[in-house]
Amino acid sequence: MLIQLSHPQRQVEIKGPKRTKDVLRELNLVIEAHLVIRGDELVTEDEMLADADQIEIRPVISGGV
Amino acid sequence: MNCGKCKTKAVISLPRHNAAFCKGCFTTFVHEQVARAIKSFKMFTPEDRILVAVSGGKDSLALWHILLTLGYRADALYVNLGIGGYSEESHRKVRHYADTVAAAHGAKLMVHVVEQEAGAGIRELATVLHRPTCSTCGTIKRYQFNRAAVEQDYDVMATGHNLDDEAARLLGNVLHWQDEYLDKQGPTLPASVEGFAKKVKPLCRLSEREIAAYAVVNRIDYIVEECPMAKGSKMILYKEVLNRLETESPGTKQRFYWGFLEKQDKPDVPKESMAEKDQRTLHPCQSCGQPTTADTCSYCKMMAKAKTATPR
Ligand code: SF4
Ligand SMILES: [Zn+2]
Ligand SMILES: [Zn+2]
Repeated sequence: MLIQLSHPQRQVEIKGPKRTKDVLRELNLVIEAHLVIRGDELVTEDEMLADADQIEIRPVISGGV
Repeated sequence: MNCGKCKTKAVISLPRHNAAFCKGCFTTFVHEQVARAIKSFKMFTPEDRILVAVSGGKDSLALWHILLTLGYRADALYVNLGIGGYSEESHRKVRHYADTVAAAHGAKLMVHVVEQEAGAGIRELATVLHRPTCSTCGTIKRYQFNRAAVEQDYDVMATGHNLDDEAARLLGNVLHWQDEYLDKQGPTLPASVEGFAKKVKPLCRLSEREIAAYAVVNRIDYIVEECPMAKGSKMILYKEVLNRLETESPGTKQRFYWGFLEKQDKPDVPKESMAEKDQRTLHPCQSCGQPTTADTCSYCKMMAKAKTATPR
């Protein structure tokens, strides 16, 4: 599956099917700091992601003062 | 995973609340959390006119959206900092939300462009003034938001600070023992003197992730890209540390921040000193004479047990 990441904008390819939480772990990303979006819907950590899915992993932490 | 309320498919799980929600129930949950904050910290009433400080990011746009959905009278002010593509894009997002959603609620957007008044963007100003960009930015934003609120007779100014922002700031203040800032960490700051607007943080019960999820679920188009000046900030580091703790033991962030607020809220009751408490609760162990709160101390109990236990 093709995964869209931000900060910086980039794409990675990961072999499916795989659970959301395992994809995050593989990319070394903390659940608490990210949302996983398939198409334009949110998915939970236990959801199976397939090769044909369009996935975005969106960071939710912002900086500033 | 299914929604704990209506049993349809969940879109988010919230370990700190031991809950999972579908879209509809999650939206209700977020609205309830905000309503609770508004009520318990006496932020404002339905009659009050609210000025929301918006940046185009998830927190401030979600805040504006929630207040309008809950039926509050909320206008917004956006400050264009003149940081190249980032400012252009965030300005577009704010304008888009104002035109497509807020206008239908009768709410208006005001804009202050730094470049128009100061003749340069925030980064150029910071260079000329020999000050860090973020502190220059902070001064300008605080001034503009307060001024708009006071001059246009808003009853209160609302910002999108969330649980993560407040917990990270508290961590920073505690690490450096900046006691004088601790006073200002509450979710409601009164209009202490004439010319100072009352300030509130209605999202203080919600985590950053919950607010981003709310924006996605409710199709709020916000700027995901960060202000380029935020890169490597201490706040981001504190948030990362707190999120690692949160992942290991859910609820850490809220216990840290809410616990602080509760302590702050309690009037100073004269506390019993450690020595006084020891004198009141400790007496000699029946068996060995060392101080204990029980009749027999835990060491003597342990040894007695060990002697009677049969070895395997
Ligand atoms: S990161 Fe700094 S410059 Fe950018 S908006 Fe926040 S305070 Fe302003
Ligand atoms: Zn539900
Ligand atoms: Zn002045």
